[in-house]
Amino acid sequence: MNYDSLLSERVVGLKPSGIRRFFDLAATMEGVISLGVGEPDFSTPWSIRKEAIDVLERRKIVYTANSGMADLRKAIAGYLKRTVHTDYDPEHEMVVTVGGSEAIDIAIRSVVNPGDEVLVVEPAFVCYDPLVRMACGVPVSIPTKPENHFRLTADELREKITDKTKLLILPYPNNPTGAIMRREDLEAIAEVLRGTDILVLTDEIYCEMTYGGKHCSIVEIEGMRERTILVNGFSKSYAMTGWRLGYVCAPAPITQQIVKIHQYVIMSAPTVSQYAAIVALEECEEDVKRMIKEYNLRRRYLVEAFNRIGMTCFNPEGAFYVFPSIQCTGMTSEEFCEKLLEEEKVAVVPGNAFGACGEGFVRVSYAYSLKHLMTAVERITHFLEHHGGKA
Amino acid sequence: MNDLLNLLKQNARLTNAQLADMLGITEQDIKAEIAALEKKGVIRGYTAIVNEELTRSTEVEALIELRVTPKHDTGFDDVAKTIMMYDEVESVSLMSGKYDLALTVKGRSLKEVAMFVSQRLSAMEGVLETATSFVLKRYKDKNILIEEEEQDERSMWG
Repeated sequence: MNYDSLLSERVVGLKPSGIRRFFDLAATMEGVISLGVGEPDFSTPWSIRKEAIDVLERRKIVYTANSGMADLRKAIAGYLKRTVHTDYDPEHEMVVTVGGSEAIDIAIRSVVNPGDEVLVVEPAFVCYDPLVRMACGVPVSIPTKPENHFRLTADELREKITDKTKLLILPYPNNPTGAIMRREDLEAIAEVLRGTDILVLTDEIYCEMTYGGKHCSIVEIEGMRERTILVNGFSKSYAMTGWRLGYVCAPAPITQQIVKIHQYVIMSAPTVSQYAAIVALEECEEDVKRMIKEYNLRRRYLVEAFNRIGMTCFNPEGAFYVFPSIQCTGMTSEEFCEKLLEEEKVAVVPGNAFGACGEGFVRVSYAYSLKHLMTAVERITHFLEHHGGKA
Repeated sequence: MNDLLNLLKQNARLTNAQLADMLGITEQDIKAEIAALEKKGVIRGYTAIVNEELTRSTEVEALIELRVTPKHDTGFDDVAKTIMMYDEVESVSLMSGKYDLALTVKGRSLKEVAMFVSQRLSAMEGVLETATSFVLKRYKDKNILIEEEEQDERSMWG
């Protein structure tokens, strides 16, 4: 069979993830210290696991309501009220999904018509661009700048808006840069959007991981709730990546469409995970605090270490990544990562995997023990000694 | 300064510079704080966590439970203080529950430890009963896995 003529052109046209390519290279080598992963190193808090065990012992694991268990949706509404001071109707404005990823996908598909432009703030996680393409939308990159600490500015946004602009994807706290948007930054963005019909998809999966103050959501800013699709989940905050559970909240007319796709594609999110997630929201604030405290130690350690050896690094106030510059080496991001892997067996992700404007940077994850990070820093320091750093 | 203590409890060999980076304060502050903690007696010492299996040491270790008659005026303190003077005794703790004192004792052989228990401890005034259990294998100590490194099962780079 000639598969080339059979496959979906749109899918064939998608680029494979730049993260993936580099990961495969690292996987062929032995003794590699990875700083590559994008998931917590902590175990899911015990009370959450215990709930899942109890549920498995005592209940039938059947489908839940399409949009998720009513008790979980109520708990999510309570959580959003506490954290982003916004009321969501658990009945009509919320869908529990298979991780944040599904939420992003079905949200985009629910609002994008062929030819609609979707603004993707970059550097950003690799999924937005391909998902927009799959929905026949046109991704339009908005590169952010290191001198602005990779925050989106009103001017950068204004410049990219056309009469075809449908949606702005706002990924803060940001993977890969660790950047956050403060309230005043969001106010400026809201000022541009107010009075337009542009929607916002805010991906707040790292919302618990902020180190310079509490997370602020664009949904809190006046006039924004009506246009905002809020995506969040349990993976990062509660160290529940493998449980595959997220959610999307939006005004009822949008949610009605989102839930239609969800019901046809997924039916309902994993039932055991849904029970466990209620416990996460209701009982695990202390566990989250403990994890954030530990991330913060590592974050401070890495920022200082990278700045000291000449890989300059702004102070990232969110997520669990630092995004140091590799300019002092004169290499491209890919060269740097390949050489670092070959010579010192340390794996980091080239910044350009997250958009062209990530060139000149690398993503370093600190979802690793301090011991692991210290070994990696030793090796990177040695690498810089041979390649133009201050070390 | 609980954060500083927690870090040192995980790894006492972190340098002052590393501790300063992690906690976001100056090296001088760290130095002063550690000196103060040592002076106040909060920090009593620094030690290494060793996998004895790999040291070719033939030393044995036992956990010993003691039931003791408390004294009128000093309770269990007198007996505990007498016991802790022996070099063989690594730790002494007063316990809630079925027995009163828990000891860890080290010796060059089973026999040596057994002799220590029967000749020194059992014979001591106020000691009613002893129960000795030898440590066969240690899996985890001070929150550190002794035999193997923790495996990282994560493989996705999202």
